[in-house]
Amino acid sequence: MSELAFFIDYSRCIGCQACVQACEECDTHRGRSLIHLETIERRDSVQTAPQVCMHCEDPICAQVCPADAIKQTPDGVVQSSLKPRCIGCSNCVLACPFGVPKYDGDADQMMKCDMCYDRTSTGRRPMCATVCPSGALAFTTIEEIMRTRRGRASNDWRFGDQHVRTKVFVLVPTEVTQVNVGVIPLSALRRPALPVVDGYDVAALLEAN
Amino acid sequence: MARLPGSIQDLVTQFGPHANREPAGGWTTRGEPDRIVATHCCFCGQQCGIQLKVKNEKIVGFEPWEEFPFNNGKLCPKGVKRYMQDEHPDRLLTPLARDEGRGFQPIAWDTALDRTVAEIQRIQATYGRDAFAVLTGASLTNEKAYLMGKFARVALRTANIDYNGRLCMVSAAAASKRILGIDRSANPWSDIPKANVILVAGANIAECAPITTDYLWQARENGAKLIVLDPRMTPIARTADLFIPVRSGGDIGVFNGMLHVMIARGWVDRGFIAAHTTGWDEIERTVARYTPEYAAKIAGVPASMIVRAAELWGPADTSFLLHARGIEHHSKGVDNCMAAINLVVATGRIGREGCGYAMITGQGNGQGAREQGQKCDQLPGARDLENPAHREYIARVWGVDESSIPHTGLSAVPLLEAIHEGRIKGLLLLCFNPAVSLPDGDFIREALSRLEHFAVIDFFMSETARYADIVFPGSLMEEDEGTTTNVEGRVIHHRQVVRPPEGAREDWRIICDLAQKLGAGDRFPYRSAHEIFEELRIASKGGVADYAGITWERIDREMGVFWPCPSTDHPGTPRLYEGGRFGHADGKAHFQTVDWRPAAEEPDADYPIVLTTGRVVSHYLSGTQTRRIGALVDQYPQPRCELHPRLAGSLGIADGDFVRVESRRGAIVVRAQVVKTIRPDTVFVPYHWPLDRSANNCTIRAIDPVSKIPEFKICAVRVSKAPPPSGDIAALEPAAGGIR
Repeated sequence: MSELAFFIDYSRCIGCQACVQACEECDTHRGRSLIHLETIERRDSVQTAPQVCMHCEDPICAQVCPADAIKQTPDGVVQSSLKPRCIGCSNCVLACPFGVPKYDGDADQMMKCDMCYDRTSTGRRPMCATVCPSGALAFTTIEEIMRTRRGRASNDWRFGDQHVRTKVFVLVPTEVTQVNVGVIPLSALRRPALPVVDGYDVAALLEAN
Repeated sequence: MARLPGSIQDLVTQFGPHANREPAGGWTTRGEPDRIVATHCCFCGQQCGIQLKVKNEKIVGFEPWEEFPFNNGKLCPKGVKRYMQDEHPDRLLTPLARDEGRGFQPIAWDTALDRTVAEIQRIQATYGRDAFAVLTGASLTNEKAYLMGKFARVALRTANIDYNGRLCMVSAAAASKRILGIDRSANPWSDIPKANVILVAGANIAECAPITTDYLWQARENGAKLIVLDPRMTPIARTADLFIPVRSGGDIGVFNGMLHVMIARGWVDRGFIAAHTTGWDEIERTVARYTPEYAAKIAGVPASMIVRAAELWGPADTSFLLHARGIEHHSKGVDNCMAAINLVVATGRIGREGCGYAMITGQGNGQGAREQGQKCDQLPGARDLENPAHREYIARVWGVDESSIPHTGLSAVPLLEAIHEGRIKGLLLLCFNPAVSLPDGDFIREALSRLEHFAVIDFFMSETARYADIVFPGSLMEEDEGTTTNVEGRVIHHRQVVRPPEGAREDWRIICDLAQKLGAGDRFPYRSAHEIFEELRIASKGGVADYAGITWERIDREMGVFWPCPSTDHPGTPRLYEGGRFGHADGKAHFQTVDWRPAAEEPDADYPIVLTTGRVVSHYLSGTQTRRIGALVDQYPQPRCELHPRLAGSLGIADGDFVRVESRRGAIVVRAQVVKTIRPDTVFVPYHWPLDRSANNCTIRAIDPVSKIPEFKICAVRVSKAPPPSGDIAALEPAAGGIR
């Protein structure tokens, strides 16, 4: 049996914010939530997406840190900045391809998700992945995911020319081998044609059939 | 405006709602807890397992309870933050007496009890026993629900007791009882992931029953198809295989239209129908008229959607129906549910693994609190108040003469109407906030102001308690012990995590104190909630909802026990109707023919838009608890009016504008939220807020003739752009009814 890992299935998210509320209850950063729940575009859809730190194998936030303030644990968890070293420059905030680190003005340092290291290092599951009522966040084994979910788990990303491997997995369709977030060429910089029927527009649904 | 003892501003300043944003002792001083107590969430009928952390006899946080099989540690934001209502600055810690013009003044417990008892006696002597009424709630434990029914019938001997489950489960209950013979979800939730097709009708599962989402998604991982009926594209509808944006009140069109197609294509189980049901011929005759085209006109959706629904539901091997308030909150709520349940029985897909039906209970004890005899027509064990044998049995348990037990009284809405008319003069209320939760809010608040004596038991000063003469400080769920029955019919154990704070008492003790002073103390000798449960077991024995074999010890050992459980060696009954044996005396399911009829108030030229109401994920019911929890307030601070861009455009309304939503009964001003995810002929406003922000100012006081549930889901309104609200109410915090 593999060790426990973190999985995100964006398609399951219902936007309830249980993860956000529970993150705030974690003992290492009480009263402050470090998970992001993105509302894609409420006017058009109820779609939402949770974003924890993906814990890159070679973390970009740490690569760009001029103060060498961002460290990884031996088991690959990327930590918030070290308070004595962090100069608050926000390079990490700008560089992270997942938009995870945030500069916290009150604490005067970069704070981010550390996969509930106090919990996971003592055999408990992260707060967000334990409470998530939709299973959009899960902390379990790859075997359990393969047994209970459609699609496949990927931790292999491409952002333009940059290749990134992460400790956290996302559920993708079976045919997807790498999540490609490619750069949009200038020639394609126009609004993509809308589908014939906007499947999220109730008025359109009522008229289309 | 109705009579309050002081200005709303002063009452809010003194009693809240204020937002509690930090645990007892603050965020930084929690440290290791002294103990962790496994219990259940107090919000919603799913009753998730949760562990509460206690330090220095204060609840300081939570820890997921992963071993509890229903939710395996999962929680929604309400569950995560529910502990923030402990050690809350608004907590009532002394009995209060109305002080005209100056709000409320603290008084001693004995004085408060004596005053209410003297008023009960005066009112009943002057106007008759039934002139004093009792209103209760479905967030009470089974023990308290049982006690309230007995208190009304034995200590007060009034016919007029009802509860706020009247706003919740009664349509589903009546429909289930009429067709299947038992008022309970037919299956445990573990059957949901085994179904090949799932029909969700009028249930915003993601927001109102979030834990059920994972069961739906598990089914879809297994290849199940999901059909969702809702006027709004809810989070579960977004990725459904078939989303039917049904017109509010048009559900029967979909259900009867589906059955029409299923009969035509041979997708009904005629063998099962012949062996296990009655009333089929009449069904066939009725749905013959419901061609997809005719049904589509009623449903307000394209006919092809109804055909597609039949194609998904009809030929499946296994299936599961889930419905909730969306189809139940109608003046034809019972009919809506029956038309849906007919679809289950016609296929014979019930009473076996992966095949069945469930109603999603809304309130904390939405299931159990409707079985213990606090409904106006019911005795414990889900017994019938007008059945002579049932009356005789309960009279023996209670040690009273059968003839002393009153007959059927008024249900919640007619009961408030009787107060308004002056036929009911006194009221004891526990666990109910009708000033926010009942329809036609101005009328309801006026009724409350006409009472000669009004006593309220609550832990916070709810908007309703502001009208009281005496307020008794009661207990939170975690300060008392008892059982509830979850959405599946699983009886579970709420442990006492801490004692009530100094000055407050467990609700059941307050009721026993009142009974004592009313001279009925010998019938209410309980020293613990456990003793009440032991009597409840006897009272329910032989009834439909039979708890006789359930003990608190068994519940703890077995992670809950499903009723009926007639003896201690009986395993309980997770799945009803196995082998096609239904709850009626003849063992058969009784099809109920349903024909569509319009709502009490359809849109017209003057009020051209449909208003429908509902919940948001971070608030619970009338909001008297969740509007006091800062994190939940921040998540959804004030009600918004959802409307489609097309409707907004025609009204000249932009996202974020203030809009006035006005019906023939009242109005609210809230912010607009322009979204494509709602029908263009319908607006939605959640109902958790009071005063000028209460959606129920607009809703209609029409009720279902059978279940007496109010028609919260459809009334006619007009919507217009409004100037920014000003004045004292608007200036309050949004949680108190203000607006930003």
